[in-house]
Amino acid sequence: MPTNVIMPQMGESIAEGTITKWMKKVGERVERDEPLFEISTDKVDAEIPSPAAGILTKILATENETVAVNSVVAVIDGESAVDSAPAPAATAAPRPEAVPPVVLPATPTPAGQIAPSPAALPISEQSEGGEAGEIRTSPLVRRIAREHNVDLNQVRGTGLGGRVSKKDILDFIEQQSAGGAAVPAPPVEVQKVAPPQVTFAGETHVVPMTPMRRQIAEHMVASKRTSAHVYTVIEVEMTRVVATRERYKNEFEQRNGIKLTFTPFFVRACVEGIKELPIINSSVDGTNVVYKRDVNMGIAVALENGLIVPVIKRADEKNFLGVARAVQDLADRARSKRLSVDEVQGGTFTITNPGSFGGLFGLPIINQPQVAILGVGAIEKRPVVRDDAIAIRHMVYLSISYDHRVVDGAVAEQFMGKIKKILENWDEPVL
Amino acid sequence: MALLTYLEAIRQGIWEEMERDPSVFVMGEDIGVYGGAFKVTAGMLEKFGEDRVIDTPISESAIVGAAIGAALMGMRPVVEMQFMDFIACGFNQIVNMAAKMHYRWGPAVPMVIRGPSGAGVHGGPYHSQSNEMWFVHTPGLKVVAPATAYDAKGLIKAAIRDDNPVIFFEHKFLYRRIKEDVPEQDYVVPIGKAVVRRPGTDIAVITYGAMVWTALDAARKLEEEGLSLEVVDLRSLLPYDEETVLASVHKCGKVILLHEDTRTGGMAGELAALIGEKGFEDLDGPIVRLTAPDTPVPFAPPLEEYFLPNAQTVAEAARRLASY
Repeated sequence: MPTNVIMPQMGESIAEGTITKWMKKVGERVERDEPLFEISTDKVDAEIPSPAAGILTKILATENETVAVNSVVAVIDGESAVDSAPAPAATAAPRPEAVPPVVLPATPTPAGQIAPSPAALPISEQSEGGEAGEIRTSPLVRRIAREHNVDLNQVRGTGLGGRVSKKDILDFIEQQSAGGAAVPAPPVEVQKVAPPQVTFAGETHVVPMTPMRRQIAEHMVASKRTSAHVYTVIEVEMTRVVATRERYKNEFEQRNGIKLTFTPFFVRACVEGIKELPIINSSVDGTNVVYKRDVNMGIAVALENGLIVPVIKRADEKNFLGVARAVQDLADRARSKRLSVDEVQGGTFTITNPGSFGGLFGLPIINQPQVAILGVGAIEKRPVVRDDAIAIRHMVYLSISYDHRVVDGAVAEQFMGKIKKILENWDEPVL
Repeated sequence: MALLTYLEAIRQGIWEEMERDPSVFVMGEDIGVYGGAFKVTAGMLEKFGEDRVIDTPISESAIVGAAIGAALMGMRPVVEMQFMDFIACGFNQIVNMAAKMHYRWGPAVPMVIRGPSGAGVHGGPYHSQSNEMWFVHTPGLKVVAPATAYDAKGLIKAAIRDDNPVIFFEHKFLYRRIKEDVPEQDYVVPIGKAVVRRPGTDIAVITYGAMVWTALDAARKLEEEGLSLEVVDLRSLLPYDEETVLASVHKCGKVILLHEDTRTGGMAGELAALIGEKGFEDLDGPIVRLTAPDTPVPFAPPLEEYFLPNAQTVAEAARRLASY
């Protein structure tokens, strides 16, 4: 029975992937889980294992072709009985099967609790942080784990530094079969555990999530599970920024052909803040903190049915105009869906703007694997106390969500203080 | 069966080949009247006469060059380097002439260059080297390094019958220390085949030459501690036996690559690359190299003792690897 090979949906809010390489030619035999093709997505480049064994009979998407997730890219005509037909079930399946879900924190899942789904984690953590970072073991043990469908998290390591050795996993497998205890459910099974059945009163209307919506949902929940979110909100007077904008906006637009918005002011301020507090621009990899040299600033852009975060690469190397131009260009192309894969990956910090719809402030969810995200509230005139008198000023609430695993409160406050100082004393030329 | 030393086994192998095939003859410095520096060729002059047992001037280049010429004319010369260290003087003849002739013009070059190599006898830096890798890196040659009397005889006979130039590394430490029952009937040990000297389950020790005995000593010692070493004797270094090496790694999951040669560019590095390429998923621990350090062989006995891996250092490395 023929098996469709589909473009898998990687754990990020993007709806397409580019095939960078086919490892097999039409007519060649492929084994189940053998690497079949490589794709490039917004998140990582990944090898995709074959969902079935058999002969590769058709390749429908050639190298360098970008296709929507869930599209059929090849057909394997083989003996395998893998059910490939329903797209939603098959999409995420190949990856978690090939990569044991060992990235989760080392604390074992208490019995009865539903283990977190491996597919929900960002792919980079699955493939890079994965076993190497969390479980100390060897190529041989990984192979045995794969062959016997063993979750390495459950195997006690007795080697150097808790390393899981060949003996450990063989003992584990023997115990499992001897003790009659159920072999731990393979990761895919865990994933299929149904959420509690909910009944809805009254008339309902059910719409399946779009791929992008599903990715956003997974990504957000995974982030909440991954990071220790802490929030802080500050109030910033925008008088100088507003005045600067009012004064130069016409000339700016005339000269550069783009509108002068508030976003580049916030980007510039964040870049300067990050230069002083580089931990804000880091990631967590196992027990390491990874500092990034470049500041790649993600800007959340709302779309009709979702949202996307294009990235200003090396924002720290751009002047005000350069930032403004990048913001405009990326936002335009995000809305017209003309962003390239490269332009939505590699972000090191994100700015989101709940204020654009009037929100006073929001408490955003961190965009993994970053460790902080800035929320910009609405800029509006408010009565404030100045020199013991009530004055009318342009004010904004800025919020930051930060990952307390690596960013402490004092650091976050210093970062916000720096941004506040820059915005309130704005003196950078914008033209 | 007769109880023979490693040295006597080599002599007997050459002797039998000379009896069997009139085109076989020996050549070298002081090999005739004196019987060779280590007496490998003792008695041959009396038995086979001076046409087939030829004393040469002290010129390795001339010895090898003459052997190449004889081989091209259909003879099967077996030439001795008084010490393998001196082979460097004949290097160009070996690597640029003997090794490339068949590739370049097609003729067979059936010749054997043999001699004592290796340390452990306080010979100092010019009489102790393990320089086999100079030749392992030369396509067109075969390189063998037996560890036992049985293999020494079987391999010298195989080398003489081989149509390619074979560099035959004898280990001088083993010459009179190894005694073994060796069959009197004709046999050869095929070039390119390793052998498992001692089966084990926990760690594969892959080695050759005198270090085979060191590994076996360590294996006996560790057996009492419940640690099981498998000892693989490569016997041939070019070509070497991938299959046996990989099978042993597959079986044990952990591997120590042991040799007396210095570390950088040694056989252990080549084997590590092979295992990394073809046995990666069999590995349950890092590939461990146990070799001499990258220095000349020291003359002072305590330094030479430190320089060479021994049963103690093998055992220590094995215990560390076992606990990994």
